[in-house]
Amino acid sequence: MFVSHWLSLENWKRWLWSFIRFTLIAGLSFVILYPILQKISTAIKDRTDLYSPIVVWIPEHFTMNNFRDAIAIMDYWHTLFNTFTLSATTTFLTAASCALAGYGFARLKFKGSNILFACVILTILVPPTTILIPIYLNLKDFTLLGVIPLLTGKSVNLLNSYWPFVLTSLTASSLKAGLYIFIFRQFFRGIPKEIEEAAYIDGAGVGKTFMRIMLPNAIPAIMTTALFSFVWQWNDSFYTTTYLTSSKVMSTQLSSLPYNLSILLGGDPSKEDPFYLSMVQDTGILLAILPLIIIYLFVQRYFVESIERTGIVG
Amino acid sequence: MKFIMRKLGADQWSYRKQKALWGFIYVLPWLLGFILFFLIPLLTSLIYSFSTVNANSQGVSSTWTGFNNYMTAFTVNTNFNRKLTEAIVNMVVNVPLIVIFSLFIAVVLNQKFIGRSFARSIFFLPVILTSGVILTLESTSLVMAVNEQNANSGSLINALSSFELERLMLEVGVSETIVNYLTGAVDRIYEIVSLSGVQILIFLAGIQTISPQLYEASKIEGATGYEAFWKITFPMVSPLILVNMIYTIIDSFSQNELVTLIRTTAFSQFDFGLSSAMAWIYFLAISLILLISTYLVSRKVFYHE
Repeated sequence: MFVSHWLSLENWKRWLWSFIRFTLIAGLSFVILYPILQKISTAIKDRTDLYSPIVVWIPEHFTMNNFRDAIAIMDYWHTLFNTFTLSATTTFLTAASCALAGYGFARLKFKGSNILFACVILTILVPPTTILIPIYLNLKDFTLLGVIPLLTGKSVNLLNSYWPFVLTSLTASSLKAGLYIFIFRQFFRGIPKEIEEAAYIDGAGVGKTFMRIMLPNAIPAIMTTALFSFVWQWNDSFYTTTYLTSSKVMSTQLSSLPYNLSILLGGDPSKEDPFYLSMVQDTGILLAILPLIIIYLFVQRYFVESIERTGIVG
Repeated sequence: MKFIMRKLGADQWSYRKQKALWGFIYVLPWLLGFILFFLIPLLTSLIYSFSTVNANSQGVSSTWTGFNNYMTAFTVNTNFNRKLTEAIVNMVVNVPLIVIFSLFIAVVLNQKFIGRSFARSIFFLPVILTSGVILTLESTSLVMAVNEQNANSGSLINALSSFELERLMLEVGVSETIVNYLTGAVDRIYEIVSLSGVQILIFLAGIQTISPQLYEASKIEGATGYEAFWKITFPMVSPLILVNMIYTIIDSFSQNELVTLIRTTAFSQFDFGLSSAMAWIYFLAISLILLISTYLVSRKVFYHE
């Protein structure tokens, strides 16, 4: 009995598939992790190890100098604080405004709400580059449809402050906000109507039903939106380099890191050793994504589970 | 809020009307943002694309010049045509690869095996790692480029692998275009893996909503795993193929050379009109692709209802 089971074709097929699957997953995991491992290995190398032919992964002269340099040049702790504040604020505001809009579109139908939802889809489809220039000029002389000049006599320049981020996330039109509205709408549509109706019968208003009944049920959607929004804001260079020209946030600091480094070394950027510049830049990238990886380690379970319950899948 | 509603006499309205009013209030923040940060800029950018824009300390003034900017973009600017075709060809090449690859990985990650949750968390890592500035910087990293070079020349097997594969497939008699496409995909595996994080998530979520009874029934009827995939999994997730396709297309906005060109035209050369015209051509090209692909795919999509 046992032997016949062991010899059966099915059994062998299963083992073969397990083996192929293992190879495939291990290989692709390596492909994904390779750049990170590479960066870690580069970051702890000494400058001389770069040219040493015997050093591939593990450095001969272990050093923390790269970290020290990168932290000093990027003004790391200050930048970290700025980036964290910025990302956390926009995440919170975006999640709040998108949840409101998503609930409005899902359950509180009014005349023309379908047309407006089509507009949400439109905002997802238009490349941000198309509307970048008018937004830039608009924020440079911000008038809020002519209200501000009436009050103060002149328009205000919102560039180089956090106001563009606050305003766009407050009004659910920040980076990829259309996608979040879509996620929330799909999710709220999936919650049974009866729960809501029971709340109305018990005398709760629309606001109270939303706050007490719908939001606690929508935690997976909130988590997904918050994670995406946090991560994308953290890494975003498109809006940050447009809105913030001199403020220190992670993505602007990263892109100007090689230049700043060569200034620090007292010379002209073209004369510096490009390998060394690249090495410090890799360390900088590692430092920039380190907080994200730490957060991911803690929330990844939630991340994987929540999107499965979010209802993007309809 | 209650006070205002009483003033309006809204508390006397029917349940339905009140709900509609609340719906409007809930959507209002978004609507303001939509008008202020989307609709007006979109129309302004359309106007800019037809005019010469002068921005100075007094403000912005524009004079109507018709299709001048569009003519400049296509005939005078040396880079635009090349980068536009590059961006579109890249998109057309990548979208099917990413969709098929992420569906395959999602199916594999849905099976039961030891270390599944660990493998999943690795495969979703690109969602975090490859967005925005990091991807741009990574492509310019010198140390990595050199290391890759060393790795390739160091081991003979590595360099020959896709070459061997190519020869093998050509001898079997597969058409040359397809062979080049596939081996190209193997060579760009990191790019494809790193761009398909969100897509894998979406497919995986979709596969998990398929009721297990379907699989049980098919197993009793004697279907193999292969048949179960094509007869159950594939039709059930086919609406998501559309979703993922659209997502992949809009995801490509954030990272290509054309976007960089549009930006530098605006912020380094201060030619806002030309830049707007380029952006509009790009937008129209993408809408065209979206329309065609949505039309083609949605005819094949199976809806459960």
